[in-house]
Amino acid sequence: MHIVVCIKQVPDAKDVRLDPETNTLAREGVESIMNPYDRHALEEAVALKEEHGGTVTVITMGPPQAEEVLRESIACGADQALLVSDRAFAGADTWATSYTLAKAIQTLGKVDLTLCGKQAIDGDTAQVGPGIACRLGVPFVTCVQKTRQSSTESIIVERMMDDGFDVVQVPFPALLTVVKDINEPRVASLKGKMKAKKATIPTLSAADIQAEPQNLGLTGSPTQVVRVFSPEARGDRTVFTGTVEEQVDQLVRQLKDHF
Amino acid sequence: MEYFLTEEQQMIVDTAREITNEKIIPVRAELDEKNEFPREILKDIAKADLFSIFVPEEYGGFGGGCFDIALALEELARGCVGVATSFAASALGIYPVLIAGSEELKQKYLPSIATGEKFAAFGLTEANAGSDASGIQTTAVLDGDEWVLNGTKQWITNGGEAQIYTIIALTDPQKGARGASIFVVEDGDPGFSYGKKEDKMGIRSSSTRELILKDCRIPKERMVGRKGTGFITVMKTLDISRPGIAALGVGLAQGALDEAVIYAKQRVQFGKPIVSFQAVQHILADMAIQLEAARALVYSAARHIANNPKNMSKASSMCKVFATDMAMKVTTDAVQVLGGYGYMKEYPVEKMMRDAKILQIYEGTNQIQRNVVGQELNKEYS
Repeated sequence: MHIVVCIKQVPDAKDVRLDPETNTLAREGVESIMNPYDRHALEEAVALKEEHGGTVTVITMGPPQAEEVLRESIACGADQALLVSDRAFAGADTWATSYTLAKAIQTLGKVDLTLCGKQAIDGDTAQVGPGIACRLGVPFVTCVQKTRQSSTESIIVERMMDDGFDVVQVPFPALLTVVKDINEPRVASLKGKMKAKKATIPTLSAADIQAEPQNLGLTGSPTQVVRVFSPEARGDRTVFTGTVEEQVDQLVRQLKDHF
Repeated sequence: MEYFLTEEQQMIVDTAREITNEKIIPVRAELDEKNEFPREILKDIAKADLFSIFVPEEYGGFGGGCFDIALALEELARGCVGVATSFAASALGIYPVLIAGSEELKQKYLPSIATGEKFAAFGLTEANAGSDASGIQTTAVLDGDEWVLNGTKQWITNGGEAQIYTIIALTDPQKGARGASIFVVEDGDPGFSYGKKEDKMGIRSSSTRELILKDCRIPKERMVGRKGTGFITVMKTLDISRPGIAALGVGLAQGALDEAVIYAKQRVQFGKPIVSFQAVQHILADMAIQLEAARALVYSAARHIANNPKNMSKASSMCKVFATDMAMKVTTDAVQVLGGYGYMKEYPVEKMMRDAKILQIYEGTNQIQRNVVGQELNKEYS
C-alpha cells in the first residue's frame, strides 16, 4: 500500500504578525513548524502502514528550508520524502498549489491513498486537499475525524459535520483530509531521528514534474489578494465581578441599555 | 550551562522532553489522583525508542550507557517522577541480565525490553531485608532441571505490570550474602503471583506491589550468572542505576524551579510581582544554585560510571545523596514560594514535594549511601 502525505511548513501560529508595509505575513524571526493538521495526516498514514504494510511518502511544496519538515516526517515514521521546489512555484495560490502537488504525486507511480491536513494554519483555506483530488481524478473525503475500518482496497471513515458525522466508505485510490480528532501524533523516535538525519531528500523541479509553466506560481494563480489587514483592536471591554447572579444581572442590564 | 552533549545525547534529551511536554504533563495530576499506572505513556515512550537506550546494539538497542539513560530520566522526571520511575524500573530490572546473564538469557529478554513490548522489575527487597539486603529469606532449591523458589518480595516497582522479574534468592542460606543468586521469573510462571498493591504518599502512578513465590518452578537456565554471585551482581546493578535516581532528583527539581519562577513573576502582592522581592529572589537563587551543582555532579558521576571504572560505588552514592537531598529541599522551597497555592493540589508543586521524598529512600536510603562514601574514604586513606 502506497500512501502519500502532503505536508506544509507554516509559521508558528503562536507568533503571527503582518508586515504593515507589504501586507504579507512577517516571516522574519518567526519559527517555522509542520502544519499541525498535517502531523495528524502523517500519523494516520504511519498507523495505516503499520497495519497493512507498504510505504509512506511525504511531499511538500516550498522553499529549500521546507526540507526541515520532511526530515521531521521521516523521524515520525515516513519512509521517504520529496521536496517540490522551484522558483517558478513562488506566489502560488491554492489552485496553482493543487496543480503542482498533483503533478508531483503523478510522478510517484501507483498511489493508493493521499492524506492531507484539513487546512494549513497560515492560509486556512482547506482547498488544497480537494484541489489535488480533483486534479488527480480520485474521490475525496474532507474533515475525517476517525478511521473506522481499513483494508488495502478501501477505507471507511467518519466525516465530521456541524451536527454529527457521516460514515463514508471510499475505494482506493482516494484522498482524505483529516482533522485533529483523528489521532494522537507520536513523538519522533530516536531511530527515526537517526534515519532522518542521514536521509537523502530529492528535489523535484517544475521540469521534473512536467508542469505547464502557465499553471505555476503567481502566473497560474487566479486569486488576487487586494488587501490584507489586522482587524482593529477593540478596547471597550467590561469585566463583571461579584457572584454569578450579580454578574448575570449586570450583563442583562447592559444589554437592555444597549438595545 | 553547557554540558557538551553529543548529537545523539541531545536527541535523547529532545525526545524525552517532547514526551514529557506532550504526553506526561497534561495527565500527571490525574494519574496521581487515581493511582493509575501510566500504560499509554509507556507505550509512547516505547514508540519513541527510549527503552532501547540502555540495551546494547546487538540486541536491538541504542547501546547507550549510564549517562544516556540519566539524561532521559532527568527530562521525564521534570514531568512526573512516578512515570519516570516506572520507566527506570524496567532498566533496573534487566541490568542483572545485562551484567551477568548468559548469552541465551540476553537473546531471550533484551530485544523485547528494547522495544518496550515488555517491562522488567527488580525483586530484592523483603519485609526483613531493606537497608540490610543480606537479610533476605527467599530461597531457591534445585529440583532436577528446575529451580523452586519460595518467599515474598515487598515494595517491588512495576510489580504486577512487568513481564520479566529478576529475583534475588538464597541458594545456599548458610553462606548468607555469599549464598545468594539471581533468577529470571516471568509473569505467569507456576507458583508466581502478586500480593498487596501499595497506596503511596508520592509517585502514585507507579505500581508498587508484593511478589509471592510459592513453590514457583522455573527452568534451570533462568539463573543469572553463576551460583552464589547474586550479591556482587546486585551491588554492581545498583552502582549503575543510582545515577539514574540522582537524575530523577535533578529533573524533579528543575520542574519545581520552573513552576516557582513562573509563579513568582505572575503573583502580585504589595503592588509588585513577588519575584521583585529579595526574600523571594534569594529562595529562587538558592534553588537554582543547588540544582545546577547537583546536575554537574550527576553528569560527572554518570560519565565516570559509563566508562566502567573499577571503583564506581563512591561516585554513584555521592551523586544519589546530593541530588535527591537537593530535590527534597528545592521542591519544599517551591511550595514555600507558591505559598497557600503551593499547598493546594491545583498547582503541581504539591505533588512534586510528595514525589521527592521517595528519592531519599529507595535504591538505598541516603544514610546507607553515606555509609558507602564513608567506607570508601576509609579504604582510600588506609
